[in-house]
Amino acid sequence: MDHSSAAARHQQQKRAVQRTATEELAKRIRRHAVRMTNLGGSSHVGSVLSMADIVAVLYGGIMRIDPTKPNQPNRDRFILSKGHAGAGIYAALAESGFFPIEWLEKHCADGSVLSGHVSHKGVPGVELSTGSLGHGLPVGAGMAYGAKLDDATRRVFVVLSDGECDEGSTWEAIMFSSHHKLDNLVAIVDYNKIQSLAPVAETLALEPFADKWRAFGWSVTEVDGHDHNALYATLSDLPKVTGKPSCILAHTIKGKGVSFMERSVLWHYRTPRGSEYDEALNELISDE
Amino acid sequence: MRDNFVRQLSDLARSDPRVFLMTADLGFRVLDGFAADFPKQYLNVGIAEQNMIGLATGMALDGRVVFTYSIGNFSTLRCLEQIRNDACYHGANVKVVAVGGGFSYGPLGISHHATEDLAIMRALPDMTVVAPGDQWETREATKALVERNGACYLRLDKSSAPATARPGETFSIGKARKVREGADITLAATGGILGAALEAADSLVEQGIACRVLSVHTIKPFDTDAILRACKETGGIVTVEEHTIDGGLGSCVAETCLEAGITPQFFRRIGLRAGFSSKVGGQEYLRREYGMDAASIAKAVAELISARSPKFSLRRAK
Repeated sequence: MDHSSAAARHQQQKRAVQRTATEELAKRIRRHAVRMTNLGGSSHVGSVLSMADIVAVLYGGIMRIDPTKPNQPNRDRFILSKGHAGAGIYAALAESGFFPIEWLEKHCADGSVLSGHVSHKGVPGVELSTGSLGHGLPVGAGMAYGAKLDDATRRVFVVLSDGECDEGSTWEAIMFSSHHKLDNLVAIVDYNKIQSLAPVAETLALEPFADKWRAFGWSVTEVDGHDHNALYATLSDLPKVTGKPSCILAHTIKGKGVSFMERSVLWHYRTPRGSEYDEALNELISDE
Repeated sequence: MRDNFVRQLSDLARSDPRVFLMTADLGFRVLDGFAADFPKQYLNVGIAEQNMIGLATGMALDGRVVFTYSIGNFSTLRCLEQIRNDACYHGANVKVVAVGGGFSYGPLGISHHATEDLAIMRALPDMTVVAPGDQWETREATKALVERNGACYLRLDKSSAPATARPGETFSIGKARKVREGADITLAATGGILGAALEAADSLVEQGIACRVLSVHTIKPFDTDAILRACKETGGIVTVEEHTIDGGLGSCVAETCLEAGITPQFFRRIGLRAGFSSKVGGQEYLRREYGMDAASIAKAVAELISARSPKFSLRRAK
């Protein structure tokens, strides 16, 4: 066996280990999310389940972050623009060692620092508090622009919901980012096709969605947002085009992983309780 | 004020690379010099104020001090939630600058009248709200805002009071300045309309009324001491602001006095009471129309004093 094929095999093995690890992380995020929304009597569990794989791949294999140095200046920045899925980020941060996992039990509880919509106050690793849609990409663009001015190598990852692409401020930032060639900025759209009250297509159609981003000057990659191999391959090869910001349109299933939550508008707001809670956890555990 | 702000910011940008100026496509010819001198500290983001505050927050969180420049309500109301959630909540060094406070853009219509900004900005937590009264205060406030941590709002007026600074005087955010001494009544003014308050004070001398004039350049944090001293040491307080009477300087004074249990002998808020300022005209014209020019201020003070102050009546009787 020559040296180059040995290196390739090593690379493949490393990737397989990483994929198993991020898949395991995604499962943990999903289980945490169901427990957290149950304990906190809160909602948006479907939104967490749909992005769990994206978040797991970012935290488990892509982003240059160090839980022991959460303020290290050249760390990659992560912004959850769809702040209502905050439980997913708290779970990812706790699992990555930014704070104790026990904190998750206090999600939305009286006196807790973990609010339903993601907040940075008292929570190591959260870069930006959000909750009102359309705020994350502008701030991420500012971080990316500042990094360019500083000749810094840090990158900015922003996870958006499809619904928040209704917001004009999101498109202001989309225009800005391509104009200024922010190829250190990555927008990942959790394209689960369902917004608060109804399917996206019935509410305010986004299609042709990829074409819109392209027309606004972004490089667009469409990917199965639950396929860790595909996510890892896409996100470890950035920027897609030098001089262009990268949009990853991640096709996802809202409520992914719990059969009766999948593709359901109901589980945007519904809290898993009683037998529904037990059944959801069972599905996520038996999935192992 | 606008030009002095830009001059001062240029001086600051020269020695402090953190200083950054963003505009949402306004400031024709005004910002050219800054843009040419500091190309890496200046950006026209286009006509997108919400994005501007987001960008500014992102850059501020990574160490910059970002001034966002626009006019009238575009600086504030158009992107209010970004100012609240992004800039204020994160304690980001975003300095929101509005050129054209009050009726500065009077002829352009109500879209361009900034007459609720002080009240709205002051309601935001972790926000500093400054409205300079003259050119010296404008320069000093600009310097002070760079040093002050967190989100700030700087309201710049087209009008300006004549120079009020004493030699060697220092400027502090949150400290009202006594720009004229007098015992009968205090005129507390914020912004460029301080000039009208001073003019009114001059004219009241002829009627034997001695006005203390305070320049309340900072609305938040509010200088409660200066107001309570004015209550105790002078006959009463009249507030003057080119702004709605709801929630601005007059409201700050009323809240301060009531909460301290100190009631001025008389109190009057001079400001916009008409709702929308839908009349068209220059700043001076609109001040007259809405009862906040120097003559209207003087008239209101004279009426208040003769009606309610026994002290004044006695003195006049002598």
